[in-house]
Amino acid sequence: MLYREVGQYKSSYAADMAVFPILQDRIGIAVILVIAYVVFPLIGNDFLLNTILIPFLIFSLAAIGLNLLTGYTGLLSLGTGAFMGVGAYACLKLTTIFPHVNILIWVLVSGLFSSAVGVLFGLPSLRIKGFYLAVATLAAQFFLEWCFIRIPWLYNYSVSGAIEVPLRTFMGVPMTGPTATSLTRYLAVLTIVVVLTWVASNIVHGRIGRMWMSVRDMDLAAELIGIRLFRTKLLAFAVSSFYCGVAGAMMVFLWYGGAEAEVFAIDQSFLILFMVIIGGLGTLIGSFFGSALIYILPIGLRLIPGNFGVPIRPAAAEQLTFVIVGALIIVFLVVEPNGLARLWQIGKQKLRVWPFPY
Amino acid sequence: MRLKLLALGLALVIAAPAAVTAAQAEDGIYIPLMSYRTGPYSGAGIAIFNGMHDYLNMLNARDGGVGGVRLIVEECETGYDTKKGVECYDATKGKHPVVSTPYSTGITLQLIPKASVDKIPVLSMAYGLSASADGNDFPWVFNPPATYWDGASAFIRHIADVEGGFAKLKGKTIGLVHLDAPYGKEPIPLLQALAKDYGFTLKLYPVPGAQMQNQTSLWLDVRRDRPDWIFMQGWGAMNPTALKEAIKVSFPMDHFIGNWWAGGEDDVRPAGPEAKGYSALGFSGVGQNYPAIHDILKYVVDKGNTQTPKEKVGEVLYNRGVMNAVLIVEAIRGAQRLTGKKQVTGEDVRRGLETLNITEARWKELGLPDFAAPIHLSCADHNGHNGIYLARWDGTKWSKASGWIEPIKDKVLPLIDSAANSYVSANAGWPKRSEACDKSS
Repeated sequence: MLYREVGQYKSSYAADMAVFPILQDRIGIAVILVIAYVVFPLIGNDFLLNTILIPFLIFSLAAIGLNLLTGYTGLLSLGTGAFMGVGAYACLKLTTIFPHVNILIWVLVSGLFSSAVGVLFGLPSLRIKGFYLAVATLAAQFFLEWCFIRIPWLYNYSVSGAIEVPLRTFMGVPMTGPTATSLTRYLAVLTIVVVLTWVASNIVHGRIGRMWMSVRDMDLAAELIGIRLFRTKLLAFAVSSFYCGVAGAMMVFLWYGGAEAEVFAIDQSFLILFMVIIGGLGTLIGSFFGSALIYILPIGLRLIPGNFGVPIRPAAAEQLTFVIVGALIIVFLVVEPNGLARLWQIGKQKLRVWPFPY
Repeated sequence: MRLKLLALGLALVIAAPAAVTAAQAEDGIYIPLMSYRTGPYSGAGIAIFNGMHDYLNMLNARDGGVGGVRLIVEECETGYDTKKGVECYDATKGKHPVVSTPYSTGITLQLIPKASVDKIPVLSMAYGLSASADGNDFPWVFNPPATYWDGASAFIRHIADVEGGFAKLKGKTIGLVHLDAPYGKEPIPLLQALAKDYGFTLKLYPVPGAQMQNQTSLWLDVRRDRPDWIFMQGWGAMNPTALKEAIKVSFPMDHFIGNWWAGGEDDVRPAGPEAKGYSALGFSGVGQNYPAIHDILKYVVDKGNTQTPKEKVGEVLYNRGVMNAVLIVEAIRGAQRLTGKKQVTGEDVRRGLETLNITEARWKELGLPDFAAPIHLSCADHNGHNGIYLARWDGTKWSKASGWIEPIKDKVLPLIDSAANSYVSANAGWPKRSEACDKSS
C-alpha cells in the first residue's frame, strides 16, 4: 500500500545502484535520523539516553566492525573485545599525552591503533581459515587482555588499575568525565555511529566490499580472478578492528566514564559475535537489529514486572529474562537462520506485493 | 501468519520499555540495593543482601522505619556485571535514593565520578577505591571501616604478634596469593613498603581471573618457595580452590590468612575438615548471638518475610550485610539530627556519613555489642581505618580468634594520600571540595 515502488523510474545508472533505491526507504531513513537527532534529545531522560541508546549505538558499531570481518569477508574472529580494548587504552594514552586535542579526534584516531593490532593478529588468516582462525584470534584476545592487566603504563599507573576518564571539553561543553551530560555524549556517539555506518555502507557496496564478499564465497576463485588475498584479508582485519577500536574508545569515554580491563574480556567478544549472528551475517542493518535484541530486549524484559506491578523478586526476574531471551534467540534462528536482517527483508518484500501473497 | 504473530510479539516486547513510568512519590526514604543474587558470585551476594534486606525490614517492622519515616528498600539485580550496575543506578536515580551501595569494584569506579554530580553519596563498605578514603578529594565517597591496605597491614601486625615482635619478621618469607585483577593487586604496594621496613621477603602468587579453579602450578611454586606465611586477597571460586590446593601441598593452615572477601562459610566449606585452623580477616561479628539479630529473627525471619533460611542468619557475610545496613541507617539518623527534617535527601545523608560516630556504647545500644570496632568518620577521613579481627574456621563454623587489630596507620595513610593525589591529577577538572564540614556529633 504505502510501501510500493510503482511509478518510481530509474533514469540513470547511479539511481539504479543507489543503496536505497526506493523513495519510501529514503523517507524512512530521514525519519529515523530526525527521531534520533531531535525527538530523543527532546523527550529522552538519562535512563533512555545513557542506559539504552548510547550502549545500543556503541554495540551496533562494534557489531558492524565484526560484521565486516565475519559477515562480509568470512573470517571468524573471537578477538573483538580485545580490539575494543586497544581502542580504549589508545584513546586514554593519546588524551593523556596530548590533552589539548579534541577528544572526539582521539576517539577516531585510536581506531587506527586498533587497526594496526588487528592487522598483526590477522596475519595468520592468510594460512588458516574457519575454526583455526578463531583460535588464532582467541590468542589475540588473551594476549591483549593480559597486556591490559599487566602493563601499568597503559592505565597511567593508576592504583585501581582502571581507566579513569578525565574531563575533556568540546567548545567549552564537557564531553567526557563526570560533568558531561548524557545528551552531549549521546549526540557525539550518534554522529560518530551515523558517519561510520555511512562509510561502511559505501565500502561494502563498492569495489572493496565486492572483493571481501568474493573472498568469503570462495577464496580460490577470488584469487583466480585477480584478487590479492593477502591485501584483501588484511584490509578486512584493519577496517574491522578500526570500527571495534572506535566502539571501544566510545564505550569507555562516552558511556562508562571509567572501566577495568575486565570489560574487554572474552564475554564481550562473544556478545558482539552473537549480535552479528542473530542480526544477520553480511548486513549492516542486521548489526543494529542484533544489538537491539541482545542489549535492549533484556532491559525491557526486566522493566516489565515492575511496571505492571507483578510481585516478582528482581533476582527471579533476572533469571526469567535469561530464559526468555535465550528462548527468543532460538525461535528467531529457527524461523530465520539468516538472522533478523533477512526477516526484515522478507517483511519488506511482502509489503511491496501486498495484498497479494506473491 | 506465523510471521505476523512473531512481528507482533516483537513489537510488543520492544514497546514495553516505553511503558516506563515515573516512580510514584511514595512517602519514605528510598534505599536501592544493587544486589547480585545471580551470576558467578551469587554465593556471596545472596548472603550479603539477605543481611541488608532483613535488617532494614526489621527496622520497618519494629520501629516503623528510622525516625518515624519508613524505609523503602528495593533491590536491583546486577549479577555483579558493571553494565547492569550502571543500568540499575540510572533506573533508580529518579526515585531520589539517599545512598548507593554498588557492591562491586567495577560499579563503584563508575559511580564515584557521578556521585557528586547526582548528589547521591556512595557507601562502599571496605571495597572499591582505597583512595576514596580521602574525604577532601572524595567528599561523596565513603569506604569504612577499613581499606584493603588496612587489611594487609593488620595481617602483618598479627603475624608480628605471633612471631614475637616486628623485629622477628626479618628474614621471613611472606607469600601473597592474589587475584590477578586490580582488586587482588591492591595490597602489593603496601606489602612491598612493609617488606622493605621490616626486612621480610614478599613473594607474589597471582591467580588469573580465568584460572580461578586451576591453581595447581601456583601451589607447586609455593611448595618450592616455602613461605612462612601466606596472605590471600581472593574472591569467589578462587578461595576454596586455593584452600584445597594448600591442603594438598600440606601448607600449615594456621599460617594461611585470607582477607575479608576470603572468609565466608562457602569459601572454606568445600575444602573439607582439613581447612580447620585457616583464618580470615573480618570486621563484623559472627553468629546469631546479638539482640538485634534476635530481633531480625523475631520480626522478619519467623514471620516468613524474607528469603533467608533461619540457619543462615548470622553467617559471616550475612552479618556483613547487617553491618552495611547499620551504617546506612546510622547515617540517615545523623542526617535527621543535623537537618531536623525526617525525610532526608542524598545530600543530607552525605553529611550524616561524614559525622558518623558509632562508639562502643552505640553498638551496644543498637543491639550489637562488640559487633564491630567503633567507627568514627570525619570530613578528611572517610574510612576511619578501624580495627579488624581474625576469625578462625574450626571445621564447621567461624569464630572470633583475636581482639581488634589496629591497622598500621602510619604506613597506610601516606599511600592513601598519594593515591588520592594521583587520581585527582589524572582526572583533570576533578571538582574541588565545596561541601561545608559539619561538626562531628
